[in-house]
Amino acid sequence: MSDLTTKSEELFELYEGLGDASEDLEPEDQTSQKSLESIYALSQWQLMWRKFIRNKVAILGGIVVLLYYLGGLFAGFVAPYTLSTRFIKYIHMPPQRIRFFNDGKFQPFVCDLDLTIDENLRKTYTPDCEKRIPLEFFSHGESYKLLGLIDTDVHLFQAPGGIVSLLGTDRQGRDMFSRVLYGSQVSLTIGLLGVAFSLTFGSVLGVASGYYGGWIDDLIQRLIELVRAFPAIPLWMALSAAVPPHWPPLRTYFAVTIILSVIGWTWLARQLRGKVLALRDEDFVLAAKLAGASDVRIIFRHLIPATFGHIIVVSTLAMPSMILAETALSFLGLGLRPPITSWGVLLKEVQNIQSIALYPWVFTPALAIAIAILAFNFLGDGLRDAADPYTV
Amino acid sequence: MLAYMGRRILGMVPTLVIVSIVTFIIIQLPPGDFFTTRAIEAAMSGGGQDKETVKKMQERYGLDKPLYVQYWRWVSGFPRGDFGYSLEWNSPVLPIVLGRMGYTIQVGGLSLLFMMGVAVPIGIYSATHQYSFGDHALSLVGFLGLSLPGFLLALLWMFLGIIVLRIPVGGEISLKMAEQPWSLAKLLDYLNHLWPPAVILGLASTAQLQRIMRGNLLDVMGQQYITTARAKGLKERKVVNKYAVRVAINPLISVMAMEVPKIISESTIVGIVMSVPTTGPLLLRSLLTQDMYLAGTFLLFMTLLLMISNLLADIALAWADPRIVYT
Repeated sequence: MSDLTTKSEELFELYEGLGDASEDLEPEDQTSQKSLESIYALSQWQLMWRKFIRNKVAILGGIVVLLYYLGGLFAGFVAPYTLSTRFIKYIHMPPQRIRFFNDGKFQPFVCDLDLTIDENLRKTYTPDCEKRIPLEFFSHGESYKLLGLIDTDVHLFQAPGGIVSLLGTDRQGRDMFSRVLYGSQVSLTIGLLGVAFSLTFGSVLGVASGYYGGWIDDLIQRLIELVRAFPAIPLWMALSAAVPPHWPPLRTYFAVTIILSVIGWTWLARQLRGKVLALRDEDFVLAAKLAGASDVRIIFRHLIPATFGHIIVVSTLAMPSMILAETALSFLGLGLRPPITSWGVLLKEVQNIQSIALYPWVFTPALAIAIAILAFNFLGDGLRDAADPYTV
Repeated sequence: MLAYMGRRILGMVPTLVIVSIVTFIIIQLPPGDFFTTRAIEAAMSGGGQDKETVKKMQERYGLDKPLYVQYWRWVSGFPRGDFGYSLEWNSPVLPIVLGRMGYTIQVGGLSLLFMMGVAVPIGIYSATHQYSFGDHALSLVGFLGLSLPGFLLALLWMFLGIIVLRIPVGGEISLKMAEQPWSLAKLLDYLNHLWPPAVILGLASTAQLQRIMRGNLLDVMGQQYITTARAKGLKERKVVNKYAVRVAINPLISVMAMEVPKIISESTIVGIVMSVPTTGPLLLRSLLTQDMYLAGTFLLFMTLLLMISNLLADIALAWADPRIVYT
């Protein structure tokens, strides 16, 4: 803490000096002096925010992450079809292009497809732009539950009388775009829940380990070492193989989440222990002790809030690995299984290399994953830089 | 040094004992055992085994005994090199596991070489050309490598190989070569199948290493002895290669040691995707069929491999950096 105060004093002197310098300048620079004064008055969180929004890449990552979550949250509305809507006429149909102008007029439409089957029974779809299917927005279609609560049947866009499929269809004639959207619901929440579970174990054990030291620290550190002794993916595989296949979907979902957290918490605990070891001897902890605060109060009211910035960074950076682990397990057939649809479950259907060669668009869930992972990493990196707002 | 190594190796024993217990519990977690799983599989395809046979088989292989008895039967064979019997492959577990571990080590070792061979020159380039176009471009590529997990890269590689390059991908060796005796052509074919998984496994870690190498070298280049070297009139190439890189490269050894667990862990799933005989495909199969001794021994050996690689890294660090003394 003491070095924070010296740092802020230094910063203040710097700003003072800048203020003096600006007196010699033109009067319009007065505003910049004002803004510098306002910087000094900002709280640490505001400083972090200012630093964060200057990082363009991190902002981009944040926006993409936000879009992903919004898409997942309103999957029923954004997706034109439900998870299991089948178009028997359009099996393995390639992605369609949306054309926006119909005879010079703005009216989005898709072309209908003609199906030809050659002598090898291979299906080829050729767009027939004589038959145009106009898109309808906010129209009624299949019913679903918005946010799992409200019964409705309004979809963002639909092609009545035909099919609109931005990412093509799979081997059962189901719209990939809708399925990827619905899959994001499961994949993204499993990341969130997994990190939440890891945080609960990790922060309590990590903070306790750093705060108490002694045999508690030893015990927790040995436990972490034991878990870390195993290679991660094989351990996950062995644990998820133990999830009985006859369990109901929701239970499997939670079981997989907990399995992912079994390793995830160790990382968090190590990070927080280091942080708490540094904070333990700070004056504000001593002050709290002298004021008669109990250990539990010091941990939950003083130490954990002091590590919040760090916790947010670490959990953002932990999200990609959680999402990837779930994807990998489901892809192997060990994690989630249909009817739960996650990105991993979608990818499992393309494990067959032939289908990738013939119908490359069924590979799009991989693209969705890659973009999500990149966005999370950019966001996390930006947050990490912003969490330490005093270095320029 | 020898005393230190001895202590480290002795220190592994208790960890391995606990690991073996935990492993055994984990592989016993799924309901049923190998014979019931097989009976269910047989029943699904119309065949069947009566309960009597299943029970007799369980008795014969000791699967009806309490857990601790089964555990003891498993571990008491270890000193004799007996790691149990694979019920699915009708063979002792050890040769199967060792074969797969051997291939995993080959792939992993090759990917470590790839990592060093690629990351160090790129790191040096990035540090000596800081903020240049090349530095930014290489950093971006590195970031992509860091973000894409092994199995997605493996899928992508299969996709590219089949659709764009139209070459056979995956597998340990070409079908037509498999039956022939060893020759130069077969060796080349073998290597041709070995490098893709190695590169895919190494890519993520390469990005990590390249970032660290760049940072280290930048730190070192700012130190006074570099200025001294330059002031003496040494060529810039000599200053970088003989003075700076030598020091900057040391921490990479511990970073590489941290990457080894990732490589071992990822090799399972990359192996499954590309159908190369790393531990992955068989581990998955043994977990699904509940061939418990095979699954358990795989887990145990992979953990052992992790520990040994950590030990080797510590020794290598001491060897490369004389300032580090182990007591």
